[in-house]
Amino acid sequence: MAISLDEVRHVAKLARLDLDEPEMMSLQTELNALIGHFSDIQAVDFGGINPKLHASNLTNVWAEDVPRASFKRELALKNAPMSKAGLFLVPMIIED
Amino acid sequence: MSITSLTAVEIAAKLRSKEVSAVEVTTAFLDRIDTEDSKYGAYLAVDRDRALAEAAAAQIRLETGDASLLTGVPVAIKDNMSTEGIETTCASKILKGYVPPFDATVVEKLKAQGAVILGKTNLDEFAMGSSTETSAYKLAHNPWDVTRTPGGSSGGSAAAVAADLAPVSLGSDTGGSIRLPASFTGTVGYKPTYGRCSRYGLVAFASSLDQIGPITKTVEDAAILAEATTGHDERDATSNPAPPVSARELKNGSLKGLKMAFPREMYGEGTDPEVQKTIETSLEALRREGATVDEISIPSIPLGVTTYYIIAPAEASSNLARFDGVRYGPRSQGQGHIDVVAKTRAEGFGHEVKARIMIGTYALSAGYYDAFYLRAQQVRVMMTQQFLDAFQSYDLIVSPTAPVVAFKLGDLSQDPMQMKMLDYCTIPANMGGMPGISIPCGFAHGLPVGLQFMGAPMEDERMLQAAFCAEQLFAVSPSRPNL
Repeated sequence: MAISLDEVRHVAKLARLDLDEPEMMSLQTELNALIGHFSDIQAVDFGGINPKLHASNLTNVWAEDVPRASFKRELALKNAPMSKAGLFLVPMIIED
Repeated sequence: MSITSLTAVEIAAKLRSKEVSAVEVTTAFLDRIDTEDSKYGAYLAVDRDRALAEAAAAQIRLETGDASLLTGVPVAIKDNMSTEGIETTCASKILKGYVPPFDATVVEKLKAQGAVILGKTNLDEFAMGSSTETSAYKLAHNPWDVTRTPGGSSGGSAAAVAADLAPVSLGSDTGGSIRLPASFTGTVGYKPTYGRCSRYGLVAFASSLDQIGPITKTVEDAAILAEATTGHDERDATSNPAPPVSARELKNGSLKGLKMAFPREMYGEGTDPEVQKTIETSLEALRREGATVDEISIPSIPLGVTTYYIIAPAEASSNLARFDGVRYGPRSQGQGHIDVVAKTRAEGFGHEVKARIMIGTYALSAGYYDAFYLRAQQVRVMMTQQFLDAFQSYDLIVSPTAPVVAFKLGDLSQDPMQMKMLDYCTIPANMGGMPGISIPCGFAHGLPVGLQFMGAPMEDERMLQAAFCAEQLFAVSPSRPNL
């Protein structure tokens, strides 16, 4: 099993990483080294074990749907690189 | 002996006997950080004025009798935990300048006890690494030999305690990031059972594995810090409803009659024979005290590293999606939303973080999800079950914490796979949500070696009792580096 440079490009796009060509190539090498080891678990006989996404035995936790105090608007916006009129300024999504 | 070489318990006693004041204690640590930390690179941020104000407030509590054991005791916090008003970067450029508007639950709890926050410690970027070398800001150095790594990812927290730059610290552990640096620096590192310590305010790496815990000079300090920082928190949906870890019965345990198991797979490929020799000597000492240490087999252990490098990056690729240059951190220039986000992330994340996001995105992508991610989760269930089966017959599982001692900075940076193997012995505790602790048990090549105890989930207290006894038994000497 190996990952091609085109697949690296595709995954970088999915992950929203604007990588340059040398970085893509170095990541291809690294990813292939790791993916080579993934075959370790391909051969294991799991005998019908159900996958579980968590080691915890807790089940869903419910909370009352009641409003509670939160950050003041200025505080929540304090770390934003751009804000306007008390709102986060998001890069343009739909062109006009 | 100077104030800065004391344990938290010793500092608490001196504060009570009025031998020193809380402000004197905090000043001593701040002054030492000022003059010495350039050698160790343990801290990313220190807020002197804030720490002194907290110390002054602690002194009032000590004088009015409103004090707990940690009142006036300085604590260092790994820089992936939110501290209100103090920059929190996760050692990443993508969070440069980020000042959280809130405290993590653990920080809130420490402040409520009157502990003094000294500063924020260095780490591998977003806790992704085993040597603190992926920090975007600076290298951390091992106080036993500054040409070597203190381990990672909580390398700054471990170096700070070992170099007397903090009496105690908090780290976080996703695959060994508390225990490995503890092993490398001759300190105690304790990862509680998953869910006992709230993750609220801990910047998420792999949420099903992440757990906060103490790095200290003694098991007693670790137990006291755990008691202060654990317990149910409704702001973390995976928080266990059980009461906090209790330190009360810590000294009432005995090694006599304890049943321990040593899984033979824990000596993996690449185990240093000198480390193995030190571990064997320690196991013999435990046996002489009346503990039994049986060799057993847990066949899934060798699959741990591979499984971890599917599950942890998969979760990270999702968790780190929030860093898009909208709500915090710098924003890069670009054309439209996708371009701005992709450029911000490419410029803000370091190479190791990008590699893990890529691996995780790949493992979760169409066509590979079943082959990688789901199979890894099956291994996780199988491994957990094999450990739980062992705990049916044994009180504790014992192993080396790491296959090697601290290595030279730069030695493994060209060998990512060998770097990943450092977590071989520590990963199973994260997979199964089990508590684990590393205590110093001796030396190899003149550098500290850690012995790891693991307990059944929620059996933290029993594991801490045994670790306390073992610590007295080993009485490792020299117990501290030549600073």
